[in-house]
Amino acid sequence: MPANRFNNFTNYGIGIGLRVPHYQHILSRKPTVDWFEIISENFMVDAGRPLHVLDQILEQYRVVQHGVAMYLGSTDGLDRVHLKKLKRLVKRTNTPWLSDHLCWGSVDGRYTHDLLPLPYTFAAAAHVAQRIREVRDFLEVPILVENVSSYAEFHASEMTEWEFLGEVVEKADAGILLDVNNIYVSSQNHNFNPYDYLNHIPHDRVGQIHIAGHSKFEKYILDTHDHPVLDPVWKMYAHATKLTGTTATLLEWDDRIPSFDEVHREALKAGKFCKGLADGTPAEGIKASPKEAALSSI
Amino acid sequence: MNSKSAGPGKDLRAIQRAFATGITRPLTSGHHMQPKWVDGKPARQAVAAFIKPNDRLTSFDRLEIYNKQYWYRLLDCLYEDFPGLRALIGDRRFHAMSIAYLTKYPSNSYTLRDLGNRLEKFLAREPRWIAPHLKLGRDLVRLEWAHIVAFDGEALPPLEIDALLDGGDPATLRLGFQPYLTFLACDYPVDDFIISVRRRQEPQGEASNAVTERVPRKTARKFKLPQPEKIYLVVHRHENSVWYKRLEPEAYLICSALQKGLPLQTACERAFRRRKKDANFGATLQNWFAQWASFGWFCAV
Repeated sequence: MPANRFNNFTNYGIGIGLRVPHYQHILSRKPTVDWFEIISENFMVDAGRPLHVLDQILEQYRVVQHGVAMYLGSTDGLDRVHLKKLKRLVKRTNTPWLSDHLCWGSVDGRYTHDLLPLPYTFAAAAHVAQRIREVRDFLEVPILVENVSSYAEFHASEMTEWEFLGEVVEKADAGILLDVNNIYVSSQNHNFNPYDYLNHIPHDRVGQIHIAGHSKFEKYILDTHDHPVLDPVWKMYAHATKLTGTTATLLEWDDRIPSFDEVHREALKAGKFCKGLADGTPAEGIKASPKEAALSSI
Repeated sequence: MNSKSAGPGKDLRAIQRAFATGITRPLTSGHHMQPKWVDGKPARQAVAAFIKPNDRLTSFDRLEIYNKQYWYRLLDCLYEDFPGLRALIGDRRFHAMSIAYLTKYPSNSYTLRDLGNRLEKFLAREPRWIAPHLKLGRDLVRLEWAHIVAFDGEALPPLEIDALLDGGDPATLRLGFQPYLTFLACDYPVDDFIISVRRRQEPQGEASNAVTERVPRKTARKFKLPQPEKIYLVVHRHENSVWYKRLEPEAYLICSALQKGLPLQTACERAFRRRKKDANFGATLQNWFAQWASFGWFCAV
């Protein structure tokens, strides 16, 4: 939904990820951008240039925090040092909501620095939901959980990924950061119809959308964030926005990062869908046909 | 034996332990997952016990994707953080050393920033990785870690020069240094060496947890190694940039003594003893303290 309790009743429009190669351009040219998403962990430092840059950005732009290391699905206790630093950053940025991934990444105190998939069990859903509640209570900001792209599935799973996502957010009363590209990547890797996923999540809980590029290999797709958004993902995005309404959308581009202008242009394509949605007209040059994109061969 | 019954079942922690066991084991020389599991049994059987295959990939293939990503990401991080050490020992050895290091000291922090925080300790225990350049290797690792600390380490409210002078009796006055400062006594001019290496370093991607399809870069070039020369350095931050500043031996003596918690007078007396023939040393000392204070190095203990 455009503005809901999960994104703190905001309507942020189209944002892009704040990345080091673009710092100079942004600070010197001050381009018009609806908002920037920052990787929280890149700024959860004690001092120095990262915070200096962030403070300058905050003077000019709206910033939303997106985390990669909360590991909501880990079975280790919540990392209190991490949470305290995160809260300090929340106060600095005044982020209206905060997101992290529906995944795990550490066990027995050993960190993998990856967003690892969870088995889709009821017990795991209850475990993650409890941790989300704890995190939200501590940080005092709405939490969105993002679906990850995955390359493995577990025998232990008792439901589909979208059922698991729904189970978690309902139990935690949390929002969803819907990563359309991740759904596409996983659908290709696990042979499901990505539109089943889009159609069956609780749409009223979607507070933000991610779009990104990916890389195709012979037998699987990798979520590389190093390309423009591909057509099947745009088509899914069009479908998603029909279901959720025009929702704050963020383009992720994390490797082989082109110029700021190129990234921004790519992100603004998303605006065409939102405009089309408002006007009731399809986005120019892209036909939104759910069935056409589903299960395209890899 | 039924392979599924040997797996972790539905227990979340058991599944995560099995998964982590698989992905953190070093890759083979051909960049594949090891064919044997930790218990010596076929890895294919162990992985199949908890991961489903699909129509294109076996369970083993699917876990192998994560196994590769784990190593590519972490090795890439060490490549980026320790370019000087890499230039010293070469790509192949740096690669093998990194795997040995991460196997011995897997990451214990949520941030990749801390990945190399035990590398100096590791090399002290396993010096073969930097032999025969033991001192040079040690100096490089210490300086490269100090660079990371200086980049984003904590800054406390600095003490002004007036506050220093009004601080009371020098015989008992103790001064603290900013946590982001590191003082180093080196056997080689590693500051110049690392600066030349960093100038040739490639720009990197950003920590985001997007996966990489590439094996870590192998682009280390041959550098002329420095000749032995005793130098004293402080790695500090000024206007949000990291600086390597050389110190005179007496200045290093004072700073390291203060950092150890010795009173101001004791620290200065050590330096005076070395420069007792220098009539102007008192003025030199004053200049040093004024400069250090202007950099904001001092803080309350």
